[in-house]
Amino acid sequence: MNRGAWLLGRLAQIVPSFLLIGVVVFVLARLLPGDPMSAMLGDHASDATIARLNAQLGLDQSIPVQFLAFVEGIFRGELGVSIAYRVPVTQLIAERLPATLILTGLSAVIGIVVAVPLAFIAAMRENQWPDLVIRSVFQVGLSTPIFYVGLLLLTVFAAQLHLFPVGGYGEGWADHLWHLFLPACTLAFSFAAILMRSLRGAILQVLTAEFVDFARAKGLRSRLILGRHVLRNALIATVTLVGLHVGSLLGGAVITESVFAVPGVGRLMVESIFARDYPVIQSLTLVLAVLVSLAFLVTDIVQMWLDPRVGR
Amino acid sequence: MRAKIPLAIGMALLLLMLVCAAVPSWFAPYDPLEFDFAALLAAPSPEHLFGTDQFGRDMLSRTIYSARIDLQIAVFAMGGPLLIGSLIGLLVGWYGGWADAVFGRLADVVVTFPFLVLVIAIVAILGPGLINMYIAVACVGWVVYARLMRGEVRVQKAADYVAAGRVLGYSTGRILFRHVLPNAVRPVLVYAVTDMALAILLGSSLGYLGLGAQPPEAEWGALIADGRNFFTTAPWVSLTPGVAIVLAGLGFSLAGDGLAALLDVKR
Amino acid sequence: MMASRDDSTGLTVRELRVVFDTSRGPIFAVDGVALDVAPGEVMGLVGESGSGKSVSLRAVARLLHANARVTGSVRWRGQELLSLSDDQMLPIRGAQIGIIFQEPMAALNPVLPIGLQIEESLIAHTTMDKAQRQARALQLLDQVGIASGATRLAQFPHEFSGGMRQRAMIAIALAASPALLLADEPTTALDVTIQDQILRLLLRLKDELGMALLLVTHDLGVVAETCTRVAVMYAGRVCETGPTADVFANPHHAYTAALLRAMPGSGPAQAKLIPIPGMAPRLDAPSPGCAFAPRCTVSEPLCTTTRPPFVQEATRSSACYGRARL
Repeated sequence: MNRGAWLLGRLAQIVPSFLLIGVVVFVLARLLPGDPMSAMLGDHASDATIARLNAQLGLDQSIPVQFLAFVEGIFRGELGVSIAYRVPVTQLIAERLPATLILTGLSAVIGIVVAVPLAFIAAMRENQWPDLVIRSVFQVGLSTPIFYVGLLLLTVFAAQLHLFPVGGYGEGWADHLWHLFLPACTLAFSFAAILMRSLRGAILQVLTAEFVDFARAKGLRSRLILGRHVLRNALIATVTLVGLHVGSLLGGAVITESVFAVPGVGRLMVESIFARDYPVIQSLTLVLAVLVSLAFLVTDIVQMWLDPRVGR
Repeated sequence: MRAKIPLAIGMALLLLMLVCAAVPSWFAPYDPLEFDFAALLAAPSPEHLFGTDQFGRDMLSRTIYSARIDLQIAVFAMGGPLLIGSLIGLLVGWYGGWADAVFGRLADVVVTFPFLVLVIAIVAILGPGLINMYIAVACVGWVVYARLMRGEVRVQKAADYVAAGRVLGYSTGRILFRHVLPNAVRPVLVYAVTDMALAILLGSSLGYLGLGAQPPEAEWGALIADGRNFFTTAPWVSLTPGVAIVLAGLGFSLAGDGLAALLDVKR
Repeated sequence: MMASRDDSTGLTVRELRVVFDTSRGPIFAVDGVALDVAPGEVMGLVGESGSGKSVSLRAVARLLHANARVTGSVRWRGQELLSLSDDQMLPIRGAQIGIIFQEPMAALNPVLPIGLQIEESLIAHTTMDKAQRQARALQLLDQVGIASGATRLAQFPHEFSGGMRQRAMIAIALAASPALLLADEPTTALDVTIQDQILRLLLRLKDELGMALLLVTHDLGVVAETCTRVAVMYAGRVCETGPTADVFANPHHAYTAALLRAMPGSGPAQAKLIPIPGMAPRLDAPSPGCAFAPRCTVSEPLCTTTRPPFVQEATRSSACYGRARL
């Protein structure tokens, strides 16, 4: 099979993925107990009002018809109207999404920059003190809740040392990055811990691979063996791992944004829960899952580019 | 040898948590709900080793008394997914066919949703609270266990003793539950120990957001949320329960890693 | 100990010991190995799996990892390899001593094109420019019998068949024209029909390039077919060495004799096969006497208590008290 065909096949998989995501979100919204009606209208609405709203929202139709209407709405970019904000959900998400994307992107970069070199050091010095120190620190990182890391960083670097703003998002790119730096570090902390740990294992495995011995047998310098033979294979492992953890980064963004008052979709999600803003919750779940499956797609394409075995 | 030191540390931390949860009065110097208006937001001192909160409640005592709820979270937020996932994994791994295909698709879709987002969405629909949190975690978390169990069962299914059991005329149920399950369950149980660390983190995160344990139940994440307004002036209010979470998380993950190394379970 | 010869030309191994430190205590994988490989000759190192033959080969090339303690002497062209630094080993590995492994799929880097894997050896050991390296790589592929080399150079290991991969690995190992090729079970992972092709290729290349070959194998048939001299290993020790024909016709060690009796079709008498009784030896607690004694049919009490000395004759040497009873 050639790579073009493989790529087309991979792109085509997106369609059933999106459809299934839609089914899950629809099932969540319609079949689980919960009462959007009373949330929208309050507890004292008349039966007539409820019936009118039911008809308006299509809730008097059969489930399959409702599902079709739901899918159709998604394709038209209509995700309903926010109960709390009284604006279309699409507009609300479009306003809030950039902050979340910058936050997760920045934290992914910070996490990779921190974790990859440390994973190499730890693997090269397996069970010696650099390895033990790095692993201990990250073990604590894995056991510390994100909001706690956030509170600590917020207190020390923003409230006490005044090096960073205590929250918000700022204006313009540079300001955004400056405002989002502490939140990104917060989010990167556990991400880097997971990444370092898995990558260390992957590198250790690559180091024992026979092709490393064969490269030594050729008389290559160890720096070249590391930089070419080991790094290339470890990089493939890294890409897979980063792709797998995009979901936990987005999940972590929900908490981080709440701690640092970042106006992103994560904070919107938490606000919407307390406002019982079901259209927003439902749409955000959908959008975030779609983002993750797009991240999976990008991962696979980068994978194909890095690993000659994929797609041939 | 190397596996045993982290395992011992992890087990010691877990034992400490267990004793705190079982008999908090042994360790807590005060009643956790006792107000002391003479010592509001008091800094750590010989009377209050870890300080007091805005009502003068002793933070050490509050933290110790909360261990019971966090331990409960660790057990239930792990147990639900463990039971449901293992059963599903056992069945689809054994029978294969269309059930396995459906499971594969479903599992792929569920992992596309950010774990925390899906849990929060379900909690949002069901309403905040611990029971609803357990239901939400079970709805999402079963996939990991089912995949693990399915993989193990497929390995065991090909083993000689299964064929031998069939030749001896054992019923499928007997082979499945008396022979395959005990052999396949080890990696699942080892993962479950590590998973309890994740459960504690998740429980405290939801507690912090106000979606987990509801007052008067005091859980570490909620205690931190209580103290967050005083973080700059009285950091001990939030620091003490935070340290408890870190120690509990360390306990479970060290114990899980140690067990994995000891039992030679690949992860 | 062995035939005194000028050790400034070939490979001379003496008293080689390798101990692996494991969590369950030390493993004495190689326990006093002596070997000579003269320029241009084909030396066979034969033994069961676990006899320490592959470990010896890797110890000679200094390829073992940090958990291995290597002692003794490995002299190559008069130079002691075991006392060289890693940097000092670089111009020897690949350039003077080439190595090929058992599993080409594992030994070739899956994500690098074959051409680059040949080229990096040329970059390390020669002053060739890009065009010369390209020409040399094509010549190498041609030499090892890989057709349409230009396309092959850009391909990755998974695009090669098993036999072609082994040929590619040989081409890589020979890139810098080494004078000695260490081959670790080069045919074991291959189909029987391809095994023969690869062996004949190795012999042809040896003749064309005038290099020596140290061939590690568990297959006595391969040794009989290819090696001028052979060393038989058991439990990390060399039992006997000598010209292949002499050793096979008239073994001087009880283990060699037992091994030949257990081998189909080439025993001294073409007689029925006799399996070797007992179990493989333990390497964590080496016997004070002969390691083969517990399984030996001609052993005497001395065999279990005192290690038999190497007895040197004209072209052969062996370490067996029971030689007269064979």
